[in-house]
Amino acid sequence: MEIKTEGNNDFIKEISSMPGGEKINLCIQCGTCSGSCPNANKMDYTPRELIAMARAGMRDQVLSSNSMWLCLSCYMCTVRCPRGIVPTYIMHALEHLAMRHHVSSPRTRTPTLYKVFSKTVHDVGYIPRFGCMGRFYLQVNPFGAIKNIPVALSLLQHGRMPITQARKLKPESLRQFQAILDKAETLGRHLERKELKTLISGRT
Amino acid sequence: MRYYSYFPGCCMYEDSRAYDLSARAVAKVLDIDLAELEDWNCCGSTPYTVVDELSAFCCCARNLALAEKRGLDLVAACSDCYLILNRTNQHFEEYPEVRRKIEEALATGGLEYHGTVKVRHILDVVANDISSADIKAKIKVDLSDLKVAPYYGCQVIRPKPSFDDVEYPESMDRLIESLGAQVAPYPLKTRCCGGSLILSEQDVALELIHKLLDNAMSNGADCVVTVCPFCHLNLDAYQGVANRKFKTNFRLPVLFFTQLMGIAFGIESKELGLRENIVPPEKALARYIKR
Repeated sequence: MEIKTEGNNDFIKEISSMPGGEKINLCIQCGTCSGSCPNANKMDYTPRELIAMARAGMRDQVLSSNSMWLCLSCYMCTVRCPRGIVPTYIMHALEHLAMRHHVSSPRTRTPTLYKVFSKTVHDVGYIPRFGCMGRFYLQVNPFGAIKNIPVALSLLQHGRMPITQARKLKPESLRQFQAILDKAETLGRHLERKELKTLISGRT
Repeated sequence: MRYYSYFPGCCMYEDSRAYDLSARAVAKVLDIDLAELEDWNCCGSTPYTVVDELSAFCCCARNLALAEKRGLDLVAACSDCYLILNRTNQHFEEYPEVRRKIEEALATGGLEYHGTVKVRHILDVVANDISSADIKAKIKVDLSDLKVAPYYGCQVIRPKPSFDDVEYPESMDRLIESLGAQVAPYPLKTRCCGGSLILSEQDVALELIHKLLDNAMSNGADCVVTVCPFCHLNLDAYQGVANRKFKTNFRLPVLFFTQLMGIAFGIESKELGLRENIVPPEKALARYIKR
């Protein structure tokens, strides 16, 4: 395996140019993030390992792992990191890269969930739970949905899963919303932060 | 009367109508005016941020621009909406390039945003804008025998320090005390509930749910109160699934904190949406609930 140094590592440059990835080189490998993560034990590589591997240029292993897809965005690592890194944003950046380059781990269904969710937001400006869940299960595994029927039924029974869309934006508002989003898409899918001022720095 | 703009978020029209109902009922008692933002759109949540960050910011920016016209604090009840709206505000302020692009996109829809809207969580409003004395003055039901586990979850207090500590918050603990109930020790009160992984990685989320329920039970809680629709859905609707997986027999009622407030204020159970709770609160809380 070829191990690249940080200086000429394209992968680290790619991550550093992503939102929240700027501080990845400040990591001192203390492992506080891994120790704080409720899902670290389920990940192929813990957050600390993931950062070390990224810095070693192990692009494919990092992007095809299940690690970032198990991030819950609970930000416990972020408030504890002694270097002011936002590991949660690094996880988001890795998710984005894995999705963009179509190398997401086949063992996780989270990328499909995220895509279905985002498309629904774009299309109706709102998340109807029944429709969104239905689209997700149809895409990943219609038969897998069967074991969730009891939960779905109890939600229906308690009035917690309207079958039709419970709320609709006015047509002119939806048009406005979509015009804004379409413009945003043309303005670039991810943002470079050259004028970076500060990042979240834990406790005040 | 205190005036706010209100951002319910999608869950309030779908699986967490009880949160919306009870929040409005409690606000009325406490002279809080929650005016729903007209024709708001989904905040985009974390998934949209991953798929396309600028679009995700623009989802929030439209809502913020609408709220800015009214000039009041924007109150979110869902912790995810609260975090995502705040994150947009923060990036808008700190990164000039992001700001420029958001402004350009908003202009396509004929909107402007200047970054002046303060986004707040409803727990912050109730715990900090309303005095403990004002809350105590509205109490009609004695809850002194009830032991309540305050479950904060993650996104209401992290990542950025705001109205409470990022790891050991206490505002809801104090609120429960003001309501006259006992606070159960709850060491896992800011541990994550599993969020949307309950759909995509169910086994992983169920383990987290099991730990949270087990921790509340072993500390003698009669019920858990939450501040977020996702936490509520996972702990309440998936409690049975977690029971089957871990061979437990928990029947722990999970309430929105506004439902508990409503019970203390003697508001009728119908107005608090208590029938929508899947683990029925009637048994544990029978003598407190007004029918």
